[in-house]
Amino acid sequence: MNELQTILAETCTRLFTDHATTAVLEGAEKGEWPAALWQALEENGLTLPQVPEARGGAGGSWNDAFVVLMAAGRFAAPVPLAETILAGSILAEAGLDAPLGPMTVAPAHIDEGLALARQGGGWALTGRATRVPWGARAEHVVVVADGGGAPMIALVTAGTAKIEADASLAREPRDTLTWSGAPVVAAAPLRGRLGRQPVWAGGALVRSAQMAGGLEFLLAQSVKYVTERKQFGRPLAAFQAIQQNLALLAGHTAAAGMAAQQAFHIVERTGEGGDASFEIAVAKVRTGEAASLGAGIAHQAHGAIGFTYEHSLHFVTRRLWSWRAEFGAENHWSVALGRQVAARGAESLWPHMTER
Amino acid sequence: MATFNFELSTLPPEAEALRDEVRTFLKQELAQFRPEERARSWGGFNRDFSRRMGERGWIGMTWPKKYGGHERTALERYVVLEETLAAGAPVSAHWVADRQSGPLLLRFGTEEQRQRFLPRIARGEFAFAIGMSEPDSGSDLASVRTRAEKVAGGYKVNGTKIWTSNAHLSDYAIALFRTKVVPDKKHEGLSQFLVDLKSPGISIRPIIDLAGGHHFNEVHFQDCLVPDDMLVGKDGEGWKQVTTELGFERSGPERYLSSLQLVIELIREAGKEPPERAAALIGHFTAHLVTLRQMSLSIATMLQAGQNPNLEAAVMKDIGTTFEQEIPEAVHALTGAEPRIGSGTEFEKTLGYLVQHAPSFSLRGGTREVLRGIIARGLGLR
Repeated sequence: MNELQTILAETCTRLFTDHATTAVLEGAEKGEWPAALWQALEENGLTLPQVPEARGGAGGSWNDAFVVLMAAGRFAAPVPLAETILAGSILAEAGLDAPLGPMTVAPAHIDEGLALARQGGGWALTGRATRVPWGARAEHVVVVADGGGAPMIALVTAGTAKIEADASLAREPRDTLTWSGAPVVAAAPLRGRLGRQPVWAGGALVRSAQMAGGLEFLLAQSVKYVTERKQFGRPLAAFQAIQQNLALLAGHTAAAGMAAQQAFHIVERTGEGGDASFEIAVAKVRTGEAASLGAGIAHQAHGAIGFTYEHSLHFVTRRLWSWRAEFGAENHWSVALGRQVAARGAESLWPHMTER
Repeated sequence: MATFNFELSTLPPEAEALRDEVRTFLKQELAQFRPEERARSWGGFNRDFSRRMGERGWIGMTWPKKYGGHERTALERYVVLEETLAAGAPVSAHWVADRQSGPLLLRFGTEEQRQRFLPRIARGEFAFAIGMSEPDSGSDLASVRTRAEKVAGGYKVNGTKIWTSNAHLSDYAIALFRTKVVPDKKHEGLSQFLVDLKSPGISIRPIIDLAGGHHFNEVHFQDCLVPDDMLVGKDGEGWKQVTTELGFERSGPERYLSSLQLVIELIREAGKEPPERAAALIGHFTAHLVTLRQMSLSIATMLQAGQNPNLEAAVMKDIGTTFEQEIPEAVHALTGAEPRIGSGTEFEKTLGYLVQHAPSFSLRGGTREVLRGIIARGLGLR
């Protein structure tokens, strides 16, 4: 991290410590909108960190976005920050301005498609998107849609869709949105560094950073707990079995952070029309695997108390279990990655790894 | 804030510039090498190869020129290391001296020792072994009992070292002996020595490994005289020195690449359009390889900058060796191929070699359990 990113990380830590408290997390699970948290994020320019200033953002880099999303994951921030960051950059890459306020992206699944049709001088959106994160709460939705044979990016206001509310394991909204010839605010041909499927690939990218952050929390929280909790007359930390497990958690946490950080770095370095799909796949696979193992170890270290609603461990572990499956689980991305590697051939594996 | 300090790093142009040169050299050198031979990774011992590496200036790369080194950066050396390992080159005849013995002499050796040994190591002429473990001292290294008793002109050594890789092929060993018995303080009274393995009083007995290979030895010392000028560093400072030396061997690319050849053979076997399960496994392996390489590179960059990334190095070695150990098992689970020796396809023989050797990956250079203890200490648990 450079000096500015260190300051950014400290800002995030302070902000989330103040505003993503247990009370706020519990309230969000009952459907309360954490307005103060969102307002603080916007005031600090953290909702569009890497969107150019000319397009309404903070003018930073994808590496800055990584820092913000790691922190959001660490604190289980119950707001569509990752979705807004992604939506804003998809807009900006397509040459459109990003509005303020919470946004989301659709469709959230690769098998679903939306369509744009000419309507007067503009476009109208039709189609159904399931499991849209924060679909009912976001003020705008950025969609990828087929515009008469060519992929388009469009911005629609949230009120234009029929909404069926649902939720993830972490009680975050995952709603079905249905548009029937809804007017769009702006539309442009798809372009940008996230490739032909920017919601899918970008979704995997942001989830990898959130998971890496979540794992950081699990490690820190587990170290704290086993140091404080005593059994058999000594801290749990004194037992080798506990030490060995937490060392393993440390390894997966470090690897997850590295994989996610690398993917953001390549996306930043890759210009328009570039291809970061290799590193995005690596990041989603590696962080997803780490999330599975890490959640298990953290719960084991915490014993029964960590299995209660009262203890805050589950705010992160339930998110990890949900995030690892969203925008392509490990099996999806490892198959994609494996096919990419196989197509290049056995002798190209190492040269490809070293030229990135 | 993050528990670790794994920063992304990109190799500088002068380091990348070496890569093609090394690849071209290795392509010629290893033209006849079969996958099973490449799978030996840093196990292959070939003095001619090591001399040719020395001629190109790829041993002792970071050492001062006055000791035969080349004053290149640690990151340039990193490129040479990872390319030779990825190609499965037989680096063993210079590996230990380049990685551990040379740096140890640079740090703690006398001027005379540096001038005498380092130039010939850098030329690929001197092969080194490591005399640490003993029959009763494995993970508990500080309990070594081999005695080096001060006598006129030197030290008289009696005792036995074990698991001494390539002692039968090497010229020298750097060994840890007890020069003084301090009751209840096993870390004190230890000293490191340069030992000429041809000296009278040394007998070397092979220990054959489970695969039938001979690299381990038992080295027996009986009234072996080691001259005064072969003491490395200070008498009694051996423990501090040896832990420094072990740090040199913890985080390199050798800690995740040992099974790379099997991944390559799996890709070849699976073809350009692999079925889903094979693609998933190749993708899983790739995700880990890419991540581990970044971690290893990050540590190399910290070392180059003069930092001391001990915790990061232990973490990387733990997950790296666990990963390289998992590869043959996962390939077995996917393909059900019979691991073979002697006969069979290159894929089956590569699997056969690695299935048998994988158990050693989490033992060599400190067991997984010891390593996780080090990580736990870094986390503040002990």
